[in-house]
Amino acid sequence: MTEVQELVRSLTDRHGRTRESLLPILQGVVAKESYLSDTVMTEIAKQLDISAAQVFGTATFYSFLDTEPRGKYVIRICKTITCDMHGKRQIAKAIEDLLKIKAGETTTNKKFTLLEANCLGWCHEAPAMLINDTPYTKLTPEKVLEILTDYMQNK
Amino acid sequence: MNIPEKQLKRVDLIFAETEVYETLEIAFKRDKQEVLNEILESGLRGRGGAGFPTGLKWKFTAEQPSEEKYVICNADEGEPGTFKDREILTRVPLKVLGGMAICGHIIGAKEGYLYLRGEYRYLVAHLDTYLNSFNDWLKKHGIDFTIYIRMGSGAYICGEESALFESMEGKRGEPRNKPPYPTVAGFRNKPTVINNVETLVYATVICKYGASLFKNLGTFDSRGSKVFSVSGDTPVAGIYELDFGMTVERFVEEFGDGDTKAVQVGGASGFCVPRKKFKETIIGFEGVPTGGSMKLFNSSRSMYNVLHNYLDFFHEESCGQCTPCRIGCQQLLHGIEAVKKGEKSTAYLITLLKLAETMKIASKCGLGQSVGNSFKSIVENFKEEMIY
Ligand SMILES: Cc1cc2nc3c(=O)[nH]c(=O)nc-3n(C[C@H](O)[C@H](O)[C@H](O)COP(=O)(O)O)c2cc1C
Ligand code: SF4
Repeated sequence: MTEVQELVRSLTDRHGRTRESLLPILQGVVAKESYLSDTVMTEIAKQLDISAAQVFGTATFYSFLDTEPRGKYVIRICKTITCDMHGKRQIAKAIEDLLKIKAGETTTNKKFTLLEANCLGWCHEAPAMLINDTPYTKLTPEKVLEILTDYMQNK
Repeated sequence: MNIPEKQLKRVDLIFAETEVYETLEIAFKRDKQEVLNEILESGLRGRGGAGFPTGLKWKFTAEQPSEEKYVICNADEGEPGTFKDREILTRVPLKVLGGMAICGHIIGAKEGYLYLRGEYRYLVAHLDTYLNSFNDWLKKHGIDFTIYIRMGSGAYICGEESALFESMEGKRGEPRNKPPYPTVAGFRNKPTVINNVETLVYATVICKYGASLFKNLGTFDSRGSKVFSVSGDTPVAGIYELDFGMTVERFVEEFGDGDTKAVQVGGASGFCVPRKKFKETIIGFEGVPTGGSMKLFNSSRSMYNVLHNYLDFFHEESCGQCTPCRIGCQQLLHGIEAVKKGEKSTAYLITLLKLAETMKIASKCGLGQSVGNSFKSIVENFKEEMIY
């Protein structure tokens, strides 16, 4: 069995092989590999016995199910109004300057991807961002540099 | 107009410590109809935005003859400016699970699902701890009801109930046609009660203290209290549980920064209330309804930027299934940009208002139908800001 087959097998063993298992399986792959490759999606289709179009169609609907290669750490900055009003642009600029990437891009060492997201549900502590699943709030350019430096050095 | 003014009053029902297991033991021993009557009598209406009477929703589902029924807790909380469900799930998860179990008992469901938005995945470990002991407790007490967690993956539209069912069935989150309503054909096409996180907590509270405590709060149309997510230009952003039915004026007195020019009630899909209407506008089902999102803007803010931000949001989050919404969101966004840049005359705003009206009538689901709420209320009240 290839690595991809094995990964998908472990997820189908855990979540089942029905259409309902599709989302948990896709989520499981993203948690492990940070994105869904064509090979993975085709393998999922095979193991669930549904068409690849159904798998691709479902995956591309959801913004957290990335179908392009992503870094180990995906940074999502909230761009909705309250965060925007409270300094989202300065936060984005601080990250862009530090990592030398723009929104939508991944660092060459594949460690970080920078994205924007809609309301993350932290408006009272704006501006906010997620790094993978972890929320960071009340951000300032200084604070964000501190957080990212820690990721660069220790993770 | 002479409205008997409701004073701003803090309430402490949602986050107060409640012996959930004790409440459940009592509820399960009582006659189902009696418990349902309590919910009906309380006047509780859904806290997710649409405000359907909760007791009726439970009653309709209970009356369905199906052997297979479901209870779903909608924890998708995607409306810009809402963050109270996250806080509720963090601080009083047992009260949410309790509400689901009571509902399951009344309608005759054996399974419950909590659909949590992907942005809140960090909460899963915390919720799992409570969920496991809760499920064990139910089993030990011979109650055939189990709750599971399902995750969303970053799609606002999945908060719409039928899109949520599609998503739980492993598909694209595209809303279904209604009817049939979830009470008849919801998750897996079986009778389903879907309620907001806060609604379910109030159900637990009502079971614990009885209908009258709740009913005596609020107004005729908006009974009880409500949890508000307050953000924007305010020195005291946060989560507040308040007596329902106050005016925007009272609200601004308490939460404004002294220079509030507008309050957006109900998030991007809600209504913008300008200063001149603070006094006459009631926050509640009889005035401007809200799932809890309250955003304050002071005079330093451009309402064009606010509207642009909302339209950008809708343009991205529209599921694209029906044309009025898919194309409408895009045209409204490009339209206000063109007016701002002077590429279109100011009269073009009238054309856009008509388009927003058409979207309200012709869109398939609540997303497309409510884009016009913020569009119309911002454009009409802040026309000069759209142009200059
Ligand atoms: C676009 C859209 C998004 C929605 N998002 C949510 C949500 O995040 N949470 C929620 O409880 N209800 C949301 N709703 C409302 C649900 O469809 C449904 O009415 C609600 O969950 C019912 O629960 P309630 O009666 O307790 O309010 C949304 C509706 C629409 C049209
Ligand atoms: S109104 Fe918008 S979100 Fe709703 S079904 Fe139509 S395209 Fe999808």
